[in-house]
Amino acid sequence: MSETLILTKRWGKPDSASLASYRQDGGYGALDKALAMDPAKIVDEVKRSNLRGRGGAGFATGLKWTFLPKDVRPRYLTINADESEPGTFKDRYIAEHDPHMLIEGIAITCYALDIHLAYIYIRGEFAKQARCLEKAIDEARAAGIIGPKLLGKRDFDLDIFVHRGAGAYICGEESALLESLEGKKGYPRLKPPFPAVVGLWAKPTIINNVETIANIPWIVQNGGEAFAALGTGKTGGTRLFGVSGHVNRPGVYEKPAAYNLKKLIMEDCGGIPGGRGIKAVIPGGSSSPVLRGDEIDISLEVDAVKAAGSMSGSGGVIVFDDSTCMVRALSRIAKFYAEESCGQCTPCREGTSWMEGILEKLEHGHGTAADVAKLEQLAGNIGGQTICALGDAAAMPVQSFLKKFKAEFLRHAEERRCPYGEHAWGLDQTSRAAFVGGVRY
Amino acid sequence: MTNPPLAGAVEELSRDKVAKFDHELADVLKRYPPDRKAAAMIPALRIGQEIFGHVSPAVQRLCADRLGTSPARAEEVATFYVMFHTKPIGRHLVEVCTNVSCCLTGGDRIFEHLKKKLAVQNGGTTADGRITFREVECLGSCGTAPAMLVDEEMYERLSVDKVDEIVGGLK
Repeated sequence: MSETLILTKRWGKPDSASLASYRQDGGYGALDKALAMDPAKIVDEVKRSNLRGRGGAGFATGLKWTFLPKDVRPRYLTINADESEPGTFKDRYIAEHDPHMLIEGIAITCYALDIHLAYIYIRGEFAKQARCLEKAIDEARAAGIIGPKLLGKRDFDLDIFVHRGAGAYICGEESALLESLEGKKGYPRLKPPFPAVVGLWAKPTIINNVETIANIPWIVQNGGEAFAALGTGKTGGTRLFGVSGHVNRPGVYEKPAAYNLKKLIMEDCGGIPGGRGIKAVIPGGSSSPVLRGDEIDISLEVDAVKAAGSMSGSGGVIVFDDSTCMVRALSRIAKFYAEESCGQCTPCREGTSWMEGILEKLEHGHGTAADVAKLEQLAGNIGGQTICALGDAAAMPVQSFLKKFKAEFLRHAEERRCPYGEHAWGLDQTSRAAFVGGVRY
Repeated sequence: MTNPPLAGAVEELSRDKVAKFDHELADVLKRYPPDRKAAAMIPALRIGQEIFGHVSPAVQRLCADRLGTSPARAEEVATFYVMFHTKPIGRHLVEVCTNVSCCLTGGDRIFEHLKKKLAVQNGGTTADGRITFREVECLGSCGTAPAMLVDEEMYERLSVDKVDEIVGGLK
């Protein structure tokens, strides 16, 4: 049986990002169908589809939409294209290869929710992708698809704009994103109230990830049930899994939501270079708890990964072969969170830097067993103690690496050096051709 | 239409460049509701940085003035986001990712190689003012790692040879 492709099926076609090409493949047909539907019926279909947020939290999209208060206008839609979690690199390719799919999804969502202004918040480093999106929006506006009349036939004005960030991981956190979009530094807001109630400019705002909204046209065309049937349990559809690190064929793979992690690595990605073993896998972006190589024969479905003690998060799978130093790896992850902590909450601002310092010390042979114990204590004092999830995101890798690979940390302390020497990042550190939705890079 | 009067220290900026700034900002402001101009702080600072080279206090005040907000707001944004430079930088900006997926495929070696070759510390500028060099966090190019940005353009699947060629070509 061939696998159903929703998001990547047009990637690699000549000029796939153009409106002409998108229309040739039936593009904007779903919007046409949606305009003949009662908006409430569209929301019902999305609920029935079991579409869950693809940005990391995995929250049910249809349910999120129902949190909008009934009588408050205007409402806003914000698309989160701030993709910055280490190991995550999927949304950028939607913008590059099929931006109109996202725009159609935005138009349908706005029609369903009575929203007339949408922003795509894209990270500053994605200059090229921002240009791709702006070009597609201009095409859609010129063709009368968006603007005063949707598809030139329905009196429903819709504007979509791209808002480029300027380098801050924290702005992927939805309330920090709103602050940034309002022209401020990205400090997360206290919740509740949630953005669906008090969001952009204090108005009700829905924030959805790029991949999430790119699925909407398919759901409208094929029905929520068909989408749900592609997945299992409470997660419908396919997902984009980005695999990086020590694999023979890294890249972005669109697979059913409940695809097997080991199969993804060993078959789709061609296994590990040099036939080495797998020491560890981070299954859903750098913040998700690490799995040992013998723990990866699991479904990638959101609740299944949770049951295995981790998170399927953003679908960013990072693979470490058995020649990699886990202290080196964790040390770099800790540095990332220390760099990106916004500084608003003390446990995160101070704690992430402490963890970074201790790990750096351990990796260079200057740490002790007491430092390892201190790390555990620090991580425990950050998780759950902060306004936003960055504190948890910083604590979870530390806690899981220590739980699964403690002997390596203690060995660094005992030997007063890194046993892996200059090969701490693995014996074979070479870039390999990547396959992104089948397109070779 | 003549430009509105310049606020305070903004007067130290070149008139021509301010006119260019105002022209480009007008286009960007169409994206935000008229009573929400302050939302354009990031794009305004970006335009300012492109035109004036870096976001000096004067450029920050220009942005604040045009968006009807306080200079403190402009400074808050200019200093929070890593893509803004409050001090002058080299003619080119080379930013190498050293996050996990890049290092697993050789990113740290590329970083160390360039550091030695350019004879600069992380964040430093070459003596001839040609290149400012620094390490950056994940660029979202993990599958095509290692990656770097040169003047906001992404280069992927790097090797030491490829990096030498790219950086060597910068004037």
